[in-house]
Amino acid sequence: MSTVPRPWRTDMLTIHCPWCGPRDETEFSYGGEADIARPAAPDGLSDAAWADYLFMRTNPKGWHCEQWNHAHGCRRWFKAERHTVTYEIRVTWPMHREQP
Amino acid sequence: MQKYSIMSLARQALNGHRGWQPAWREAEPKRRYQVIVIGGGGHGLATAYYLARVHGITDVAVIEKGWIGGGNTGRNTTIVRSNYLWDASAALYEKSLQLWEGLSQDLNYNVMFSQRGVLNLGHTLQDMRDIRRRVNANRLNGIDGEVLDTQGVKRLVPFINTSPDARYPVLGASWQPRAGIARHDAVAWAYARAADALGVDIIENCEVTGIRRDSGRVTGVETSRGLIEADRVGAVVSGHAGVLADMAGFRLPLESHPLQALVSEPLKPILDTVVMSNAVHVYVSQSDKGELVIGAGIDAYTGYGNRGSFRTLEEFLAALIELYPIFSRLRMLRHWGGIVDTAPDASPIIGRTPVDGLFFNVGWGTGGFKATPGSGWVFAHTLATGQPHDINAPFSLERFHSGALVDEHGAAAVAH
Ligand SMILES: Cc1cc2nc3c(=O)[nH]c(=O)nc-3n(C[C@H](O)[C@H](O)[C@H](O)COP(=O)(O)OP(=O)(O)OC[C@H]3O[C@@H](n4cnc5c(N)ncnc54)[C@H](O)[C@@H]3O)c2cc1C
Ligand SMILES: [Zn+2]
Repeated sequence: MSTVPRPWRTDMLTIHCPWCGPRDETEFSYGGEADIARPAAPDGLSDAAWADYLFMRTNPKGWHCEQWNHAHGCRRWFKAERHTVTYEIRVTWPMHREQP
Repeated sequence: MQKYSIMSLARQALNGHRGWQPAWREAEPKRRYQVIVIGGGGHGLATAYYLARVHGITDVAVIEKGWIGGGNTGRNTTIVRSNYLWDASAALYEKSLQLWEGLSQDLNYNVMFSQRGVLNLGHTLQDMRDIRRRVNANRLNGIDGEVLDTQGVKRLVPFINTSPDARYPVLGASWQPRAGIARHDAVAWAYARAADALGVDIIENCEVTGIRRDSGRVTGVETSRGLIEADRVGAVVSGHAGVLADMAGFRLPLESHPLQALVSEPLKPILDTVVMSNAVHVYVSQSDKGELVIGAGIDAYTGYGNRGSFRTLEEFLAALIELYPIFSRLRMLRHWGGIVDTAPDASPIIGRTPVDGLFFNVGWGTGGFKATPGSGWVFAHTLATGQPHDINAPFSLERFHSGALVDEHGAAAVAH
């Protein structure tokens, strides 16, 4: 876990990889909304419930819990809480842990 | 409405241009309307205009949180074309293009629609196969199109880099001669003026903050200027679609991303068409003022910040210089971003929602400016009758349940 200070005035994001520390945005790829669990029994789902899992997104204006991959670094996935207006990243943490 | 013509211009000139009237009234919100349109972009204003003109419904308010045209309508690179792959999209975008062709006359306002043609470049064999397929599909739908080879592209754009050792060599392009560009602000102002003249209230600086419902049916909207009731409500809010859906208690298959563009210092006329490239994510045209208008792809992450990332900027400017080495010493004047609502199939959502009486017209993503007239046309029909028009029936929200997606990634994912 690492807490990230408010980004200083720059247009490039600095993202704290939980393993490698603060790195430049260009090293990462974006993995979209976090915590979308694949339904345990897809056969029993209605079309609408399946569509909800597959396509529907929260898309909030504000804090967003999301997935990132340190693609050009350690290549590990992690989660981040990022503000979708200021782009501030409040915290990042490894995929398998609870949000700190 | 004060009619614009050469005569009125001459008359006003003689009297020092002191007699021009505001193009639309500054309306105070009434307590109740038959129809409320949320969002004063081109699509919302066009919807209100066609509601009044085609369906005779004039008890309409357009509610805009900022100023009209201040969203993506005033931030886009104004490419207008109709060469989409599938029949459903072809019908929608071609309806729009046909309305564009008569729009300045219809609205008595010069929207500067210039049919200078659009090239979509192909850089690989697969690009060229897809282009051939798309142009064939367009022709079967009665939409003009040609496949050009490298020389054909070079004839239209002599300074484009066609050397075979370019990182992405230009193998050819699709060419739609009837496509082109228009003046974005003029489109918003023209629809606003024409709708206002028919009795529509255009209410700026009024933000919708809640959707009032009573047992599953919409009854009105809460705004920063109080509650306004309505029988039917249409949300046409582009990047804020998710925010509005949240107010109404459902989710959409949309994600909002920043999309940026920039303009250069003015040049003498050099480019008299529009060139787009899906593969290298850059497209360019030249405005009447001489500025190059240059756009890119979306930022990978979601966002509501009206600015684009430096990472994307760097990539698309590199692509620009590779394709057009002649532009390497150009200075850029302005740079901005908008928020686009992208759908999984790169097609819009126009129709009913889980709330009775509440309709959405969103998900236009990176490419809705071209559709402004057609989108307004079909959405006005939907709001007037409660049923989709034949043209927007395939673009329902239910398509994500049935699986009948309208996959336009080839024609629309990056391209606008
Ligand atoms: C950089 C860029 C380049 C583009 N290039 C092209 C192109 O070349 N060709 C093309 O076809 N398309 C292009 N697009 C896409 C195109 O701009 C949009 O699809 C289109 O303009 C959407 O129109 P609209 O009227 O639906 O949305 P907008 O013009 O964004 O209008 C929506 C309005 O809703 C208002 N609103 C939002 N929330 C609320 C609320 N709660 N209460 C009241 N009002 C609210 C907003 O303020 C806004 O004015 C581009 C977009 C961008 C950002
Ligand atoms: Zn790492």
